[in-house]
Amino acid sequence: MSASGIIFSNIHDNNIPELTRLRTVASVPFACRYRFIDFTLSNMVNSNIYNISVITHYNYQSLMDHIGSGKDWDLARRSGGIKILPPYITAYANNANSLYQTRLQALKSVNYSISRITDDYVVMSDCDVICNVDFNDIIAYHQKTDADMTIAVKTVDLTPETAKINTIFSSDEEGRVTDVLAYPTNFSGTADISLNIVVMKTKYLQQVVLDAIAHDYNSLTRDVIARNLDRMNYRVYKYEGYFACNSSFEEYYRNSMELLRDSAARDALFSVKNRPVYTKVRNSTPSYYSPTSTVKNSLIADGCVIEGTVENSIIFRGVKIGRNATVRNSIIMQDSIIGEGASLDCVITDKNAVITDKRRLSGADIQPYYISKGKKI
Amino acid sequence: MLKKQECVAMLLAGGQGSRLYTLTEKTAKPAVRFGGKYRIIDFPLSNCVNSGIYTVGVLTQYQPLALNEYIGNGEPWDLDRADNGVRVLPPYQAKSGADWYKGTANAIYQNLGFINRYDPDYVLILSGDHIYKMDYAAMLEAHKEKGADCTIAVLEVPMEEASRFGIMNTDDELRITEFEEKPKQPKSNKASMGIYIFNKALLEQYLIDDEADPNSSKDFGKNIIPKMLADGRKMYAYAFSGYWKDVGTIQSLWEANMDLIGEQPEFDLRDRDWRIFSRNYSDPPQYIGEYAKVSNSLITEGCEIEGIVENSVLASGVKVARGAIIKDSIIMRNVTVGEGATINYSIIDGDTKIGAGSTIGHTKSSNGGIAVIGTELEIKPGSNIAGGEMVDAEWLAKNK
Repeated sequence: MSASGIIFSNIHDNNIPELTRLRTVASVPFACRYRFIDFTLSNMVNSNIYNISVITHYNYQSLMDHIGSGKDWDLARRSGGIKILPPYITAYANNANSLYQTRLQALKSVNYSISRITDDYVVMSDCDVICNVDFNDIIAYHQKTDADMTIAVKTVDLTPETAKINTIFSSDEEGRVTDVLAYPTNFSGTADISLNIVVMKTKYLQQVVLDAIAHDYNSLTRDVIARNLDRMNYRVYKYEGYFACNSSFEEYYRNSMELLRDSAARDALFSVKNRPVYTKVRNSTPSYYSPTSTVKNSLIADGCVIEGTVENSIIFRGVKIGRNATVRNSIIMQDSIIGEGASLDCVITDKNAVITDKRRLSGADIQPYYISKGKKI
Repeated sequence: MLKKQECVAMLLAGGQGSRLYTLTEKTAKPAVRFGGKYRIIDFPLSNCVNSGIYTVGVLTQYQPLALNEYIGNGEPWDLDRADNGVRVLPPYQAKSGADWYKGTANAIYQNLGFINRYDPDYVLILSGDHIYKMDYAAMLEAHKEKGADCTIAVLEVPMEEASRFGIMNTDDELRITEFEEKPKQPKSNKASMGIYIFNKALLEQYLIDDEADPNSSKDFGKNIIPKMLADGRKMYAYAFSGYWKDVGTIQSLWEANMDLIGEQPEFDLRDRDWRIFSRNYSDPPQYIGEYAKVSNSLITEGCEIEGIVENSVLASGVKVARGAIIKDSIIMRNVTVGEGATINYSIIDGDTKIGAGSTIGHTKSSNGGIAVIGTELEIKPGSNIAGGEMVDAEWLAKNK
């Protein structure tokens, strides 16, 4: 048994427009020192998947910079390793070259690469779901049920607000998919939502892609799954563990704060034996806490200098927090500088932001205040 | 044929470092952990890379496993290169016999084959015992400018301490006129830092001659340097100024760690112009808990702090439980400190467990000396270990 991985780096970009204006959803910073894609890549590598394609669309410069040769995930390899598939546009540009919007369109655009996969299975994943999962468990289930396609789902309570950004799967007692609702506008109640992690037999995937090209199908959910429910063996795999779905800016903030509130969530993500989360090494120094600092219930990355007060906050690498500054319930991204005596509450600063001395900024816990990359306030 | 390199660095990393006691029980001195996420060897290696020297031979002998594993393919220092990069050079068995490295000069002699593959004009000799930032390229430049046969880096030490060092007496042009090992009445305060640049061809000749001399102890300081001086070779001192610390003793290792702490520390690791590289682990961010109090300390990834930490350096993955107090101490990788334990003026080596309620060391002001706890030990809850103790497995067996 062997498996390849395909990662969609851009699907759901629109969900967190603040953080994806200058980057892919895959390269959104999360939890002090990671990018979303680190969790997907680490899950794959920890599941012995070493042949990974990352499909990109636009804004993928930060992603390429982050991944580099792939060595930080053990993916700089002679055979296999990580491969970035940028948008494919031929010299004979016409309408057919317009950029893809959906997963199936993306797969069609990299048909050639897919046709060359020799592994038995393909694990496809988006980047907006954060979890620490062993894909081998899903593949084993997929094999046991002799499924054509297995979709990882999680049972959650939905409101109309959250339902409309999710894909809902119904299944029978044996886990066979009976119905699928993509982004329903008027749904509430308990349902199994897709974690956007899908396992397929490679041969079946290759067939689906060729078929989609021939029929000009564009949606994996509507044109493939919904149409073939009765004929094909599609299964749901019910994932029980920790997961954080970042389908909106507010959810991103909530998921970040949950890591501070709930040590079990932290352990389920970071302290799973033999399943570390890898990221790009930045070679930061240890963080320095001065005698004037007070830090409570916070996650702090390396390379920081903390001279002020930090409470219930997430501080990324290389951040400086000045004397008498207070940072509460906030997320301060890489290399930002918080000036002396500044006060921040419920604020998210993107990378390289500068908050000048004595500035006071505050958002609300349901709507954090966002400061864009490199901005000086 | 490999590409020619102007200068090859040879890093002497075989030393046992016996004055570090239990800290070097299982690792060679250059692999001793330092400053939270470094090892001593990171400093000369980073200096090489920052100076544009990408061909480095690391001579190992004593307990090389940790060091070999740490250096690996040299990737953390950008020394994983096609033609050159970092190479670990252990003693080896040859057709004519097998030998340990008998001295610093003999170690280089045995690896002349390695050096000659790169056809270098110069050889830079380094040791893996010091914490410093130094531009070897500037030293090489001075060596070339003077047309020297050998250049020795020197540091001006306080005159009253000069008798502890190898002292270079020079003329006004910095040409070395006399070398005295630990002189009782020093004539100068220019102490040798153990960093040499030699013209390769000349060095090779001296090493071959020295090897043939049965009375030689095969040492640079004792044999090669005095011999070259006696022969009237052009030998110059290169004056270095800046932070330089020999971390060969428990006291100096502790001090050097403490020199990293502060808003303007004596030795600045945060200097972006001269970065110190190290092998990084995939640890999660550090978590500082609700009841923690951290002050004037360096903390690294993977730490979970619920207790009180003051004036200390904590390496990655250290867990400090609630009510525990750590002061003036160095805690190495993956140490766990149980609830209510107190650690004062101590060095705790990696992967050791300190049981709840234990008391380790005395306060710094009590002059009791530094308590040292070795690696992979389990200190039982409620233990009491006095300042100045050197605790290893043997000690624990005796003091049950």
